[in-house]
Amino acid sequence: MLNQIPEGVVWAILFLPFGSFAVISLAALLGLTRTGSWEARFSGYLTMAAIAASFLLSLWALDSVLQEDGARIGYDAHEWVTVGSLRFDIGVTVDGLTAIMLIVVTSVSLLVQFYSQGYMRGDPGYNRYYAFMSLFTGSMLGLVLASNILQLFVFWELVGLCSYLLIGFWFYRDSARRAATKAFVVTRIGDLGFLSAILLIWTKTDQLDIGQIQHLAATGMIGSSVITWFALGLFAGAAGKSAQFPLHVWLPDAMEGPTPVSALIHAATMVVAGVYLVARFFPVFIVSEEAINAVVVVGAITAIMAASLAIVATDIKRVMAYSTISQLGYMMMALGVGAIGAAIFHLFTHAFFKALLFLGAGSVNHATGTFDMRKMGGLARFMPVTFLTTTVAGLALVGVFPLAGFWSKDEILIEAWAEKPLIFWTALAGVFLTAVYVGRMLFLTFGGEYKGGEASDHGAQANSRPAEPHESPWVMLLPLVVLATLATTVGFVNITGGMNDILEGWLPEETHELVAAGDFVLWISVVSVAVGLAGLGLAWAIYSRKAIRAEEVSAALEPVQVLLDRKYYLDDLYETVIVKGVIMRGAAAALHAWDRYVIDGVVNGLASLMRFSSEKYRLAQSGQAQLYGAAIFIGVIVIVASVLQDELLGIVGL
Amino acid sequence: MDWVLLALIAIPIGAVLVFMLIPSRYPQLVRNVALVSGFAMFALSVLVFVKYEFEGGSGFRFDLQLAWLENVAFLGKDGISLHLAVDGISAPMVLLTGIVIFAGVFISWNIDYRNKDYFVLLFLLVSGVFGVFLSLDLFFLFFFYEVAVLPMYLLIAVWGTSSHFGTFTRPKEYAAMKLVLYLVGGSALIFVGIFATFMEAGQGTFDLPVLGAVTYDENFQKVVFPLYALGFGILAGLWPFHTWSPDGHVAAPTAVSMLHAGVLMKLGAFGILRVAITLFPEGAQFWAPVLMTLGVTGALYGAISAMAQRDLKYMVGYSSVSHMGFVLMGLATLTTIGVNGAVLQMFAHGVMTALMFAMVGAVYDQAHVRDMTMFGGLAQKTPRLAAFFAIAGLSSLGLPGLAGFVAEFHIFVGAFNTYPWAGALGILAAAITATYILRMLAMVFFGPFNERWAGLKEMRRGEQFGGALLIAFIIFMGVWPAPFIDRISESVEFILRVGASGP
Repeated sequence: MLNQIPEGVVWAILFLPFGSFAVISLAALLGLTRTGSWEARFSGYLTMAAIAASFLLSLWALDSVLQEDGARIGYDAHEWVTVGSLRFDIGVTVDGLTAIMLIVVTSVSLLVQFYSQGYMRGDPGYNRYYAFMSLFTGSMLGLVLASNILQLFVFWELVGLCSYLLIGFWFYRDSARRAATKAFVVTRIGDLGFLSAILLIWTKTDQLDIGQIQHLAATGMIGSSVITWFALGLFAGAAGKSAQFPLHVWLPDAMEGPTPVSALIHAATMVVAGVYLVARFFPVFIVSEEAINAVVVVGAITAIMAASLAIVATDIKRVMAYSTISQLGYMMMALGVGAIGAAIFHLFTHAFFKALLFLGAGSVNHATGTFDMRKMGGLARFMPVTFLTTTVAGLALVGVFPLAGFWSKDEILIEAWAEKPLIFWTALAGVFLTAVYVGRMLFLTFGGEYKGGEASDHGAQANSRPAEPHESPWVMLLPLVVLATLATTVGFVNITGGMNDILEGWLPEETHELVAAGDFVLWISVVSVAVGLAGLGLAWAIYSRKAIRAEEVSAALEPVQVLLDRKYYLDDLYETVIVKGVIMRGAAAALHAWDRYVIDGVVNGLASLMRFSSEKYRLAQSGQAQLYGAAIFIGVIVIVASVLQDELLGIVGL
Repeated sequence: MDWVLLALIAIPIGAVLVFMLIPSRYPQLVRNVALVSGFAMFALSVLVFVKYEFEGGSGFRFDLQLAWLENVAFLGKDGISLHLAVDGISAPMVLLTGIVIFAGVFISWNIDYRNKDYFVLLFLLVSGVFGVFLSLDLFFLFFFYEVAVLPMYLLIAVWGTSSHFGTFTRPKEYAAMKLVLYLVGGSALIFVGIFATFMEAGQGTFDLPVLGAVTYDENFQKVVFPLYALGFGILAGLWPFHTWSPDGHVAAPTAVSMLHAGVLMKLGAFGILRVAITLFPEGAQFWAPVLMTLGVTGALYGAISAMAQRDLKYMVGYSSVSHMGFVLMGLATLTTIGVNGAVLQMFAHGVMTALMFAMVGAVYDQAHVRDMTMFGGLAQKTPRLAAFFAIAGLSSLGLPGLAGFVAEFHIFVGAFNTYPWAGALGILAAAITATYILRMLAMVFFGPFNERWAGLKEMRRGEQFGGALLIAFIIFMGVWPAPFIDRISESVEFILRVGASGP
């Protein structure tokens, strides 16, 4: 047992990766990173060293939190700026939730950076890659450590920026630039809800400190409509970041980024920031019936919808992207039934097996040059390590006993059964769909005959791909093995519910009774595993045994197939109808025309009128003395007549 | 330190005189003089900003009053004097001007056609800008205001570029004339307002502190406030009197666009704050809902119009209208935090829009087109240009850590406290900003490389330096805004006459 972690060390967790970012950027600016073999990889080593240090310090933070049973270790806030009587602070806080998040972020990040040494080798953007990865890791750590909501928002936006930069890492591809722009804009729409929530809570309570807001909400010091709107605003932000329906459309496209990026940012860490946010403000959500119901409904819709889309996707990374969306929906569902411990526990296990799935997909891509599962097949023979580790991850995702996913998914199901049975059945249906797409993915990729792959289009492997796929280098395999070990074992840490205690230890007293607490139910575990195996069996029958032909299934269900292929028409709705139709052709064009023709028309019209009238008036100034004389004469008559009006009228006898 | 404010105005005027004495066959000498005097202005403006400290009362420092006309005709004691001082609001504005003109000199380095005359006009304009920010005498404030506006006509008409865009053509002469007519129209309103104020106050002076001590009749305030607000507002891009601004920005040469959008538009907002809100608080209260409505309309309208643009410079021009709408929103809240945000936004928008215009200029100088659909993948050829442009854009869409966010956050807090509907619409405008900025970046810099631009080169060193200077301040204010806020907020509280209480 170590001493309680001092504040300076907590800050160091956050600033080490930022320091690595600064050093790499500076070195790149000065042109120091281009020559020699050691310097060429300097940025990678530096990033790993910084994140490894952060990881060790995070363990210290976890140790301190364990001693406090998950309660908050608050540090004094520091003044950032003062505007008149308003003070903005910055500060860090560590509690059970934060400590678990720190471990997830630093450990997965470290493994991914290690893996990237192999995957990104020879890429011309190698330094840029590690600079952005450092920046991302630092920002993500800042997000979970923030002690006030505005500071959290700042890091929230920074991770969004890193996501944008890394999705668009190969910016010279048309698809990458589109995906990056889409990701930024869609998440930003949610973020504006988040920003509105911050403005609202500050206007109403003068508080930005997260602990204070939790306390006020839990003790009923904030009006219920304010709580609801605040929570819904936060949830808009969370839905954008965590790709919840209807803002999920960016995540499948985000797979344009390098695969390690997808593993770290779009599976294990950044996309769970939304779940983290809802958990962080759990005392606020739980006291608002409307808000918590919104979370559970959106989570349920997302879980089922995304799982159904995963079944038809042909790109292995897209399958996993939909899977991630679906699992994030599970976490939201868990939060929505009040099971914060189960939600974060699932976040924790999911981070490892989903990162592993992505890294496995990256390894497969490294060998075959493609992400299209229809061009793979039979890889189990060529890539045994990748095959085994990916299978472990897939089974963990399905929730097969005793892998990590089993424990966390089971806990969600138990809590759902205790609180909202309807949600239980939805979640169980989700388990079946998950099993089907996982089975399909495994059988298409690793089973059957090899179908040839495709020429690689990035990195040093561009011209050197052998005719047969080969296993990846050890730098890529080692993280796979480590993650597979974790995906097998991390489920046991919570077998006694110890993790839940830490995760719930920081909640305000008043909230405790609202937290869901279901006990282990044997039949639920048995049923969920059985449903999972049934789904895998169906996938086996269709994609391996070919007892049922996939074409026949899709022909029989043609309308469904079309609906799924079009991704429920949501992309079409957003892109064609809203962006192109309403905004570009409608509002923007209308305002532009208004500017050109109405406002400018009035101005130019006024100018024309002046010119026209002065041209007419000019005719009067002809320079002819007779005309001027006549005008003067008439004028004199008029003036005299008006002055002598009465006399003149008298003369004529009126 | 008393001399420093006078020096800020005298340096550009002195440089103008030196330019006039240089024979036009020595263009390099002209550039060197411009560089030296530009640096002197930058250094002095930094000095003023750093040395400025609020010391109670009205917060004016470095006060310098040179009598000019007094005790003659209708003028009493102090009648008209060159009264210069700086407070927490003008200090960041002076700094902004120093930064933008210094960067502008680097950007203007390659101007070959009559570069002597160009710098004469540019520096004359800058002396006017400093004069407005520093004057505490309505007469001189108005005088400098005109000095700042009028050179624009020649700068655009002689060194500008016309737009030909499909069926749409806009000659530079049209843009120049439109700009001057609009702004002179605004001046006419201000002129009437100044004389009305002078007569009503009956103090026989144009000195602002003296005029500020008078309490004006409420009805008088209600009548005079809109004269100033509209007159100055036109220069600030007040909707619906904004159309001169995109046309003017587009036609102007790069450095003039930078100064114009970056600094000159701020004169309008500054005038509203310095004169209208300071002298006529009740008039301001009465008209605030109208000002807020026009501000929000401008913010949304500019953002949506920017989305429709294919010309890079028009896009930046309309984004300026949108961002100046935020400034007016902040002013209209009449709360400490909102007005603070307005001043912060004036600075933030100044540096980031100057950067954007500089980068558009860097592209245009080589490519000679500005249609964003004709580019693609330029980041491969010009990574620094792309990075600089992206930073300006990210600041513009309000990314935390950059200047724009700090300002917009203050404005939104102020708006949510006073007119929540306006705050919500302002946030909507910010969302649209993200869309058009990212679309533009994707279209111009990312995606497959358009081989037509194979000959494109990275920015010149001067452009890189000018851009880096602007970026340094964007990041500085984004990460550590305290030096700005400390200076601004005390003066704003004085103007709004709030004590320790109030939002």
